[in-house]
Amino acid sequence: MERLCRKTTLVCVAVMLLSGLSGQARAGALSSSDSIQAQSLGEVMVTANRYSEVIPSQKLAGKELQALNSFSVADAIRYFSGIQIKDYGGVGGLKTVNIRSMGTNHMGVYYNGIQLGNAQNGQVDLGKFSLENIEEISLYNGQKSEIFQSAREFGSAGSIYLTTRRPKFKPGEKSHLKASLKTGSFDLVNPSVLFEYKLSESVSMTFNSEWTNSSGKYKFRYKRVTPSGEVAYDTTATRQNGDIDAVRFEGGLQGYLPNGSWKAYVYHYSSERGIPGAIVNNVWRNGERLWDRNTFVQGVYQQDITRKYAIKVNAKYAFDYTHYMNNDDKLMQVDNHYKQREVYVSLANKYSILHNWDVSVAYDMQWNGLSEYMSASRYTHWISAATAFSLADRLKMQASVLATLVDETAEGKDKAPGKSKVTPAIFISYQPLKRYNWVLRAFYKQIYRMPTFNDLYYTDMGNADLKPESATQYNVGFTYAVAPKTGFLSGFHTGVDAYYNLVKDKIIAYPKGQQFRWTMLNLGKVDIRGIDVQATATFRLPLEIGLMTKVQYTYQEAIDITSPSDNYYRNQIPYIPWHSGSAILGLTYKDWGLNYSFVYVGERYNQQENIEYNYVQPWYTSDISLVKSFKIKAVSLKVTAEINNVFDQAYDVVLNYPMPMRNYRLGIAIEL
Amino acid sequence: MTMKLFSKHIIPWVLLATVLLVVSCREDDVIVLTEYEPLPMLDSLSSFSGLYLLNEGNMGSNKCTLDFVDFVQGQYARNLYAERNPNVVKELGDVGNDIEIYGSKMYAVINCSHKVEVLDARTCKRLGQVDIPNCRYVAFDGGYAYVSAYVGPVGIDPNAQLGAVFQVDTATLEITAEVTVGYQPDELLVQDGFIYVANSGGYRKPDYDYTVSVIDIATMTQIRKIPVGINLHRIRADRYGKLWVSSRGDSKSVPSRLFVLEKDKRTGRMEVSDTLDIPCSEMEICGDSLYLYSVAWSDASQENRVTYGIVDVRTGELLSDNFIKDGTEADIEIPYGLKVNPENGDIYVTDAKNYVSSGNLLCYGRDGKLKWKVRTGDIPAHMAFLKKNN
Repeated sequence: MERLCRKTTLVCVAVMLLSGLSGQARAGALSSSDSIQAQSLGEVMVTANRYSEVIPSQKLAGKELQALNSFSVADAIRYFSGIQIKDYGGVGGLKTVNIRSMGTNHMGVYYNGIQLGNAQNGQVDLGKFSLENIEEISLYNGQKSEIFQSAREFGSAGSIYLTTRRPKFKPGEKSHLKASLKTGSFDLVNPSVLFEYKLSESVSMTFNSEWTNSSGKYKFRYKRVTPSGEVAYDTTATRQNGDIDAVRFEGGLQGYLPNGSWKAYVYHYSSERGIPGAIVNNVWRNGERLWDRNTFVQGVYQQDITRKYAIKVNAKYAFDYTHYMNNDDKLMQVDNHYKQREVYVSLANKYSILHNWDVSVAYDMQWNGLSEYMSASRYTHWISAATAFSLADRLKMQASVLATLVDETAEGKDKAPGKSKVTPAIFISYQPLKRYNWVLRAFYKQIYRMPTFNDLYYTDMGNADLKPESATQYNVGFTYAVAPKTGFLSGFHTGVDAYYNLVKDKIIAYPKGQQFRWTMLNLGKVDIRGIDVQATATFRLPLEIGLMTKVQYTYQEAIDITSPSDNYYRNQIPYIPWHSGSAILGLTYKDWGLNYSFVYVGERYNQQENIEYNYVQPWYTSDISLVKSFKIKAVSLKVTAEINNVFDQAYDVVLNYPMPMRNYRLGIAIEL
Repeated sequence: MTMKLFSKHIIPWVLLATVLLVVSCREDDVIVLTEYEPLPMLDSLSSFSGLYLLNEGNMGSNKCTLDFVDFVQGQYARNLYAERNPNVVKELGDVGNDIEIYGSKMYAVINCSHKVEVLDARTCKRLGQVDIPNCRYVAFDGGYAYVSAYVGPVGIDPNAQLGAVFQVDTATLEITAEVTVGYQPDELLVQDGFIYVANSGGYRKPDYDYTVSVIDIATMTQIRKIPVGINLHRIRADRYGKLWVSSRGDSKSVPSRLFVLEKDKRTGRMEVSDTLDIPCSEMEICGDSLYLYSVAWSDASQENRVTYGIVDVRTGELLSDNFIKDGTEADIEIPYGLKVNPENGDIYVTDAKNYVSSGNLLCYGRDGKLKWKVRTGDIPAHMAFLKKNN
């Protein structure tokens, strides 16, 4: 039954897409892909890219992003294909993202253009980033295929770009003020304020602040039945120690220069939270607490020096403080403090040899320091060279090569040897027929991820001799878009990609002696094959009704091929579903908006062996939101009501970390 | 044309797909059922009906499970608990650390579930549980169970987390007394009215504990601490009344060692009489033979160095440094449990592999040759024989 219904699902999604395509082929008349996307998604028009990308990103922006019942960036990212989220549940629970099964550490997350780092464990908690002031989220497989970027941006297997709201003033406007308040389940109180001010014709400032407070309490349920269908047990309890209290301040200044622009940004986040922990027999609460402060200042300056030569400078200083405490008197008392510092500078140069042929060279340098509980520091240098070539705007090619050099020191530990790696990438797209917006695309990319401080130096576990972990990616696919000027359909866009990734020298924990001592070794090898499909359609309906649909589906086989002697050899790696997908349906009528979104994650296993005992059932949630906007003179008011997990599903994303069941949120925003 | 096509094709499919996704696929989770596997063995003449094996399960996974080697039926039963006790919420628990049978009851010490699970030794049906925080090992004497626990009552200095030994009445399953001992006590045993407890001090690394606590059962007080060696773990008695204590060492400069404690003839008190430079991770005394294995990580070779030895308890001499004679030790990734059948000399060794997948139970004959091997739960570790008259 399980398998049958899984297949049915797959077939339905496939048939749906095919029927879409067959309809499309006859639709004819086309324009460029960018304008279609803008039109079909009804998004706020964003500043166009000056340098076109070979392979465009998956994007959520503007109204579409706002209409999703998403609280954090992690919630929104579930609607991208090829992505798996690890979610430990609740407002304050850790949420990390994994692209195409290569592991969290291969994902680069960029905040307003500069990567968010965590040299200690390489993971970025996307649950910390609220959607409140995010205007656009883009996901690139491989890298942003635009050559005018910092060297480090060539250095991830997948990249997420988070862009905060950019001030846009209509003629005569001088300032914007927006205040909002969200409340609902988990005793959530989440006020925020945004202020934008035009200082002069070319300079503007933004200020944004947000407070999030929640008890993190929610009901969860564990139920088992006997083979005859009798209830074995059925328990509902309340999640404890999942509270969070967090504040965020952001401020920015941006300006335009003749043939250039600059931007300076300050970010500060401070939180205290409980770590709710695993729910196991006889244990229903946990005593771990976490305090963290993340602060960074960053700046970008971009200038066309001549008509052919342009530069971009990025700089960042970040300071992160983490205080972890376990004060459960049944367990070992722990009180650890960690401080991380990061200094980053980058210079990118681009030169146009011909109007359709560009070259770029970039150099980035970063220093990372970790202190208190353990001490280590690292210098990383990235040097990139890239070239982009296009022909009649139909053939686009880009090749890049990145050199990464790492030099480490660690106090009281064996120093990890210096490392250097050179990795190439090639991106190609081609539109075979001028009349049809059907674009073929392919990329090949090799990437290394350097071991983190924890991998190298963590007490007992770290191994200074680790080599970098490597991933090779191959991708082929196509996009197809159409925007009929008349008729029922107003826009359709689809993208299909097939890929093969090979992860080698994967850094894994290996048992060492007795008593749960582990060490990190370059042992793992994973073979990943997958297909990503996405489609978006917008429709023209009578009576000012707007309808938008978006479907996304991912098939993945990610198998462990480390050693034939393992009893999980060629088994699907933990927590990677074979099938996953999402669907969004958005209806608008005058000032009203109704949005339905659905996320599906298929069956998977919670450990390496694909045996019954480790089997995890699929989960799927439906979220609904209703939005009403009002306009009273110059004041716009927006009220949002959301129901999440409408069908009250009790599920775990990570074993023994129950997720919230049905929950509600109410939001109000005033803008003037 | 376009419009017609789309109203015909896309809309129904979107709806159908959505509906299908919503209404299907997730079912109620069924309790995990016992799996049976035949074993190439039958020992119906044995006075044992079989051997229980407690799989620890990785921390946080709640995957502690109970398996049984059935000597009479010649089969292996994997994961008995959930099927025998379907109504227990979240099954047996998180990280099993010890299992013993006393009378007709079986006691499973479940470390991270902070409880001792008490089962009927024959049926594996639950009789009750005793809540003991961070409990580790269990020993018995005179109708009482004694359970070591890493943390005792919170003392004056909250940073000094001293451990404790709890006394449990096996008839009522009530805690009747509690004694504070050294830091993070592990194994314990009862001899001549005293409880000897091996203190590890694992939470205080690198300032490990180095003592064996002695508790007088009559008064349930700690009467002294015997200095032995750092980070103690196992404690066993041989038939001559000597105590064998293993130390884990610090995995750096101090290696794992084996200590012998004997009654001092003059004072009549237990003291260290011998220190053997033999690393020991687990041991089992059978007659005059002390079987042991040790696992030590070698930084130089980036490998675990494993030995399977036999020590003569009379002389302290290492008789063999490999009791496995057929070369199959190469198939064992991480030995994690050891038991010897006192009747026929069979040796049971468990392999915990990478701690996060199924392990193996291997049975060797007295001759050191592999008799059979079977897949277990995660981290197979602790074993207890079930007697036919238990």
